[in-house]
Amino acid sequence: MSGLHETVTAQVKGQWRGWIRFAGGRVLRLLLLLAFVCFVTFLLADLSPIDPIQAYIGADMMRVGPEQRAEIGAYWGLDQPFAERLLRWAGNLLQGDMGTSMIYREPVSDVIADRFASSAALMATAWLLSGIIGFALGSIAAIRQGGITDRFIQSVCYTIASTPAFWIALLAMTIFAVWLGWFPVGLGVPAGVLAGDVTLLDRLYHMALPALTLSVAGIAPVALHTRAKLIEVYDSDYVLFARARGERGWKLFLRHGLRNAALPALMLQFASFSELFGGAVLAEQVFSYPGLGQATVEAGLRGDVPLLLGLVICSSLFVFTGNLLADSIHWAIDPKRRLHPEVKS
Amino acid sequence: MSAVRSLTRGRGRRLTGRTRLLISAATTGLLLVGIILCSLFIGEQGLSVKLELRDLPPSLQHLFGTDWLGRDMFSRTVQGLTLSVAVGLAGAAGSTVIAMMMGLAAAFLGRMVDRVVTWLIDATLSVPHLVMLILIAFVSGGGIQGIMIGIVFTHWPSLARVIRAEALSVVTADYVAVSRGFGRTRWWIMRHHLVPHLLPQLFIGFLLLFPHAVLHEAAITFLGLGFSPHQPAIGIILSESMRYLSSGMWWLAVFPGLALLVTVRAFDMLGHSLQRLIDPKHSRT
Repeated sequence: MSGLHETVTAQVKGQWRGWIRFAGGRVLRLLLLLAFVCFVTFLLADLSPIDPIQAYIGADMMRVGPEQRAEIGAYWGLDQPFAERLLRWAGNLLQGDMGTSMIYREPVSDVIADRFASSAALMATAWLLSGIIGFALGSIAAIRQGGITDRFIQSVCYTIASTPAFWIALLAMTIFAVWLGWFPVGLGVPAGVLAGDVTLLDRLYHMALPALTLSVAGIAPVALHTRAKLIEVYDSDYVLFARARGERGWKLFLRHGLRNAALPALMLQFASFSELFGGAVLAEQVFSYPGLGQATVEAGLRGDVPLLLGLVICSSLFVFTGNLLADSIHWAIDPKRRLHPEVKS
Repeated sequence: MSAVRSLTRGRGRRLTGRTRLLISAATTGLLLVGIILCSLFIGEQGLSVKLELRDLPPSLQHLFGTDWLGRDMFSRTVQGLTLSVAVGLAGAAGSTVIAMMMGLAAAFLGRMVDRVVTWLIDATLSVPHLVMLILIAFVSGGGIQGIMIGIVFTHWPSLARVIRAEALSVVTADYVAVSRGFGRTRWWIMRHHLVPHLLPQLFIGFLLLFPHAVLHEAAITFLGLGFSPHQPAIGIILSESMRYLSSGMWWLAVFPGLALLVTVRAFDMLGHSLQRLIDPKHSRT
């Protein structure tokens, strides 16, 4: 008995060690990719025809003489060669200093930290909703494969996939906020209320419509993927055998369908952080919701280079995290992956 | 008999793939011709300002209504669609070319190049699409060139992966080894084995990239980083409509968006039905 216990403990320890090796490799890869992204972003910003001094000064440009210009440039180190500026920027970045945002006049890290919470709440809600609804729709379509329900769900999904996300947001705003008046027209908090008086309920109320529209855009990939996987499962020999044993309907789905189709769907959801962020940018813009997406658009429109660089890095970190989670979950749940790490499934 | 029935189970009265492909190709073609003819027919005069016809809801004279300057929304939508389709076709074509070059380079130029290409694919996919587009639009100073560069350089990775895998599977296939054994030249093998496999994939890839390109152009223009406000792009129309939605002018947003949706959906359907017909992996479901 104790021998068995020891073997199991050793196995669990081995698994942990395997996971650490696996995650370590992933994180190393992540860091390299991130460094590459940072470098390219910096290079692109450097190549841009937009004059950073002019972007900083804005409308007062006429009142600044050439000496003052040169002085401002020297203050920011703009007169130094590219490599030196890149190294200094990278050094600051490693210390968590991403520079000062020109439009908000505060450190970029503060701007991002302020806005991250509201964006994260929005994206998390939409992510959960689209995952659950998409999985349910995909399962129903697969169970009724070839029938009218299946065809209806499929065409709805394909239509959603070809719909501009911001147009859904515009429609939702017109219908639910303007006509029916169920939700506020925009903004993350009620207008004219002090920041301290805004309750959690207010925030949720203002987040509901953006989150709902954002979730609609995410339904289609999960539903279609789940449908394809579940059809594969239902065509397998073990399901045929289960049917021969007399299993059917709900029980068959719970025992064989759900378990085998849930993992791919979950992984797809984690791997879709990139689209989620893009959708959030658009939804936040339509509903004037104060999140990272709105800050990205502002930074791009008004030439706030430090903020834009910070947001690019931050959003790629977000996507990396999603991919890492997807791989880790796959690793943790799927025994094939764990026991034969070299096999890619 | 039972095997045949199980193969066709649940799809007794469904159209065959070939018929469906023909139908969607015809629909897409008609739509394209319609858009082009309409935009030629309307020309510049359809966009003229008529202040006495302001804010009209949809009617028979003005199918999509008129805006706050009395411009006919149908004319504006058609003009916008022409622009969208042009950008979409050019962007998707550019992306397809890059995807083909990357995929072929990865498959043929050795392990090192393969690693570099895979790395580039991962790096491109690691920044959210829209953020990348905003960055590129900002860097290139906005306008049509920003949109085109952005779309061409962000849409290639998924197709490049497909091309790389397809090319590798052809090169390592037994029949190619036999062909080589017969003393066929590399050129002959490429023309007779590789091109017939890759061309349909490239064409499907192009058709399926088109919707993404169009939607991303509309999104980036909507955000204000794409086409300038003087051009009649769908993104501009929709972002302008936002100011008038709260006063109940729903037709400003509904019809242009719907027109874009129909156009994109038509191309998407064409791509998918072609994929189902040609690619055995997609033919079953």
